[in-house]
This record gives sequence, structure tokens and C-alpha cells, in this order.
Amino acid sequence: MKKCLALALAALMVIALAGMASASATPTKLTLWTFIDQHAKFYNEMAEEWNKANPDKPIALEATVIGYDDMHNKLKIALQSGIGAPDMCDVELGQFPNVLLGEPQLVALNDALSPYIDTIVPSRLSIYSKGDVHYGVPTHVGATVAFYNVELLEAAGIDYKTIVTWDDWAAAGKKLKEANPDAYMGNVETTTQWQTSLMLTEQGADFQDNSNPDDPKPTVNTPELLKAVETQQQWLKDGIAFLCPGGQVDTEEGKAWLNTGVCATVIMPEWYMSRFVDEIPDMAGKYAIAPAPVFEAGQPRSIGLGGTGTVVTLTCPDIPLASDFISWAKLSELGESTIWNVMGFDPVNTAVWDDEALTHNPDNKFNKYFLTNVFDTLNEVKGEIKYVSSTSISPTINSYFSSTLWNNLYIDQLDAAAELEAAQEAIEADIF
Amino acid sequence: MTSVRKLLYSKKIAPYVFVLPFTLTFAVFFIYPLISTVRMSFQDILPGQVKWVGLSNYRRLLGDKVFGQAVFNSVRYMAITCALLIPFPMLFACMISSKSMRGAGVFKSLYFLPVLTSVVVAGLVFRMMFSELPGALMNSILALLGKPPIYWMKMEYPSLFALILLCCWRWTGMNMLYFIAGLKSIPAELYEAAEIDGANAAQKFLRVSWPLLKPTTIYVLTISIYAGLAMFTESYMVFGNNTSPHNYGLTIVGYLYRYGFEKLRMGYASAVGLALLVGAMLINLAQLSVTGAIGPRRARV
Repeated sequence: MKKCLALALAALMVIALAGMASASATPTKLTLWTFIDQHAKFYNEMAEEWNKANPDKPIALEATVIGYDDMHNKLKIALQSGIGAPDMCDVELGQFPNVLLGEPQLVALNDALSPYIDTIVPSRLSIYSKGDVHYGVPTHVGATVAFYNVELLEAAGIDYKTIVTWDDWAAAGKKLKEANPDAYMGNVETTTQWQTSLMLTEQGADFQDNSNPDDPKPTVNTPELLKAVETQQQWLKDGIAFLCPGGQVDTEEGKAWLNTGVCATVIMPEWYMSRFVDEIPDMAGKYAIAPAPVFEAGQPRSIGLGGTGTVVTLTCPDIPLASDFISWAKLSELGESTIWNVMGFDPVNTAVWDDEALTHNPDNKFNKYFLTNVFDTLNEVKGEIKYVSSTSISPTINSYFSSTLWNNLYIDQLDAAAELEAAQEAIEADIF
Repeated sequence: MTSVRKLLYSKKIAPYVFVLPFTLTFAVFFIYPLISTVRMSFQDILPGQVKWVGLSNYRRLLGDKVFGQAVFNSVRYMAITCALLIPFPMLFACMISSKSMRGAGVFKSLYFLPVLTSVVVAGLVFRMMFSELPGALMNSILALLGKPPIYWMKMEYPSLFALILLCCWRWTGMNMLYFIAGLKSIPAELYEAAEIDGANAAQKFLRVSWPLLKPTTIYVLTISIYAGLAMFTESYMVFGNNTSPHNYGLTIVGYLYRYGFEKLRMGYASAVGLALLVGAMLINLAQLSVTGAIGPRRARV
């Protein structure tokens, strides 16, 4: 009897083991680095979904969050030396040219992207490309919009909907200042150029001439940039704009300042709404979203700024799997709606922008926070979203801007025309 | 068998065996990187592309204004820290070693405590203290004095002050300890003899302590020169990253980091590293020969 039982048990175990083996393949371990918590959360969520949809090729995703500078420096060194790189990595737009130097040690993603390529905004792919080869999967459009503090403006008798041009905006600023001396109409950045980039592309200009992609040239001493910076210098002189604490609003100091409720306008890419919701809690229900002002009515009112392209490295043990996963995670319909629902970003597939059930969901935390729906504004400016070139000389330009130019212009209030000439010269000298 | 034993017990070989661990580490972690840096400084290095460019990295280095500024910043920082971190720690060491000092142990620990903190944590705390917000510590102190808040880290001298303060706060205790050790090695009879001759405290310091502390002072000066020129982490943490307004916080190592790690120009960064090595060596060799620590010994009287 005992023997029989033992035999039956053994047989049962064999069957059970065989069943387990056939039901699930061993998951492939894939590592990923990112510098934003929310992104890691998103990737983990999408990995679970991927395993449900693809039981034959499951993955075990290991997403690690590392600080911005640290992560990019580690990645660059790992790519240079050929050891230690993760299988996939988020690379911020400003850093992307650095990982494309020399022969990119990254996987060409053209094949993996092909199922989605027709639906996404082309300029968001080209910023992560070298020639026709795409190396990064985009996350969002980053369309720039204006966030208006309605409570503050209404108290001063200002209706933000009537603001069309920067002149209107400055006039409203003076009115606000009279009614409320502690309040500011907006801010001026000293360590980055979100606002300045918008003011530049509104006039159809760029920081560089990229007509020959092999030899881009800086174009910093242009009348368009002069107009953009002189306008902002004037705001500071008139006291309607504040030098942003921390250098820009996407810093701890900047967000803390916004949370005090004295700033009436924030001109930032759409993704900044996630910072509002997560890190500026006291302003819930106070801000509305509208198209940004322009110099002259009819100019394009938005620009795609910021963003991360996710790359697959050549040292990845299963390149096709990683490429398929990351493209699917960020660009499939499920991925695109999760990008909005979880992170509050404007998806690169603009067809999603018309899906009312998704975009106007009243339970969505981003919709709840703001007085107006962001997609109403996005759809309004959809055809006007410009971009500034991102090339091998961009890091050099950006680094001169943040270390020297903006300080000279906005803190020291030096002569703008002379400073732009000096900037042009210094940047040309610093290009390898 | 006997030959092996002979080898093992050989008095000639044994010393080499004992220094082998150090020699090996030194070769692997210092000599090899040094040689490789020299080679890289003549190359243009990008992922997958390495080519010889001769002296072009050095030519670029000489013509680079930003590098000149980095050198100026580092040398100024080094000079100020040396000027502060030798006399004050020496004074504190004398006070603590003095017989009439009460609670010397407490003061010794208090001064030494900052040495144990991580420079990253200390840098972060200093950044918050010197923040531009009106509520930050340093701006609150200004407010107490009836002054408006200032942008500490966006101005040249206030940001330099922050860096110097951080350095002094962290290293006073360490240098003080060196001087206390130096003072301990001075025989008490010398002081007794001086007292018998009627020397007062100042004379005892000037005629006994100061000359006999010379070896310690030279040692502290040598490491302070190197530490001052090689400063990087403090600036990186206090400014929040390697970018500072007008490059006020840029040091030679910061410049090396910018090109080596941020812009991935390893060849050029190698040239910067060698320039730092040569500069620090020259200053220290000059200093050591002036103070008489190296070079021909003076005739003894």
C-alpha cells in the first residue's frame, strides 16, 4: 500500500513538473536605468502587461533609478568602455547627442519601431536619431503650454483668456503688480531655456543652423534671440517677472516657490503638470491650462521640449526582445494610454489626444488638479508645435547658456546684443 | 627542496616579498593608469573610434580661456585654504595642548567631528544654508543684520566664501590633530629650559614650538596644496552640479570631469589631468626645496 502511494506521488510530481515547464518559459532578465521614479513605475507596470500578453517570451525587468548626472555619466563611460551598461536606458534629450558620439554603441531600433512609426510625431523620433537610424524610443511630445493661476489673476481683475500676445501678458503683469505687489506674472530662467526656446521658435528661429547635419553651426547672435531675451530683461526691470529660485521651475526650490502661490503664469512643457500634481500640492484647483502667448497673433504657439529616448545597448543579451518590449511599452495603444494615466504626459501618438474617454476621464488625477482639460489646449495648438534642433553641438550651446549667458543677461542685466555676440564667439571656440 | 627553502629564507629576497603587495597595487592603480593617460592625451577618443592627434589636445588646452579660469579658481582656492588651514589649526593645537586648557578632549572631538562627515552630505547641507531663498540660514543671518537676502551661489565672492567655509569647517580638526601630534614630540625639557630663561608664552611659541613644528608644517602644507588644487566634490555638491554661474565654482578637476565624463572627450581630459599632475608637482617641489625638506642638506653647525 505504501509503495503504491509513493509511486502515485512520484508520478504526480513528474506530471506537475512537466506541466509547469510547458506553461511558462523562463523569463529573460533585462536591466533598465532611468533617472525618474515615475518612469520606473511605468516600466514595471508595462513589464507585467507584456508578460500577460506574451507568455511565450516573458521578461523579468529590473528597473533602477539613478540621479540624472550620475546615470548619464555612468552610461557614457559604460558605452565607451564596452562593459557595465544596462540592457535598456532612458537618455534625456539634452544628453542624447553625447551617447551618439563616434560609433553609437546602441541598437538601431528602426525594425522594432516600424509597427508604430506612422502614428507618431516624426520630429520626436528624429531628435533621437543619427541620419535615418533611430536609436531612441520617445516618451512624449512635451508640447509647451501656459499654466495660469486663475485665482491670483481674477483677484486682480484679469481674464487669462484675453491674453494673446506677450504685450498683453506684460500689461496684465503690470495690472497684477498694482493689485498685488507680492505677486509675479511669471518667472525668468537662469539655468535652462524652456521659455526662451518657445519665444525663439515662435519667430521661426533656432539656436543653431542644422541645414548641413554633418556640420551644425551655432546661431546665437540672431535678432530673434535678441528680441526674446530683451523682452525677458524688460519683465525683470518692470518687476513683473521673478528670477526663478533654483534657476528654473523644475527644481526643488522652483517647485517650493510655486507652491507659495505668488506666480501667475508658468510657461512649461505639458509634462510639467505631473510635477504640479505630485510636488506642488497646495495649488490644486487653482491653475488653468491655455496656449502660450506669442509676439504677434498667428505665430506658432507651442514647442516640443524635453523628453527621454529609451535606448537598447549593444551589450544587451537579447536585443530583439528588449527592442520589441521597449517599443511596445512606450508606443502601443496600451503604452500610450498608460503614459497619460500614470505619468500625465502627452503621448507621441496624437491620435490618442482625440480619445475623449481617455483624455477627459473625470477620475484622472491630472484632470482633477487643473481647472481646464489639457487636451483641449493640446488639440488647439496641435499643428503649431515646433522644435529646436538637437545635434552634437547642443550640449556645448546649452552649457554656455546655463553657466554664463543667462546669468549675464538676467542677473547682471548686461547689454543683450553684446552678450549674444560674445556667446556666439565662445560657443564657436568650444566646439570640437 | 633545499633551494626552495633557501629562497624562502633568503634575506635578500624577503624585503621584496614584503613590499610586493604595495608595489603591485601601485603598479596596477597608479603606474598603469598614468602611462595610459599619457598615451590617451595624444589621442581623440570616441566610442568605437580612436585616432592619434599628436599635440592637438595640448594646443587646445593652452588656448582655452575656460581652462585658464579653472586653473585660476583652483590656485586661488588652494592659496586661501593654505593660508587659513595652517595658522588656525596650529593655534588651536597649541591651545588644546596647553596645560591650562580645560576640557581639551571635548574640544578635540568637536573640532575633529566634521572630518568624519561625508563631503557629499556636508556639501548638501552647505548648499541649503547658502540657498538663495530668503528663509535660508545665511540669508536669515543677513536679515538679522538688516541686510536684504542675496543670491549666494550666483555671486563670485559669496560662493567662494561658501566653499572656503566648508573646507575650513571640514579640515581644521584634521590639521589640528597633525599639529597636536607634532607638539607631543617636542621634549618638555625645552619648555622648562625656556621658562628658566624667563621666556613668556609668546616667546615659547615663537622660539620653541614654531621651529620644531616645521616638519609637521611642511607635511600639512604639502597635502593642503595638493588637496586645494584637486578640489572637486565640494564644488560639485555646493553648486548642485558641475555647472556654476560664470564658472565660479569650476576647478581643474571639475574641468577634467566636464570633458572626460560629461562630454566624453577622454583624450582631451587626459591632457587636463596631466597638466594638473605636472602643476601640483612643480608647486610642491618648489615649496619643498624652498623649505629645505628636499635637496642638498645644509651644513650642520
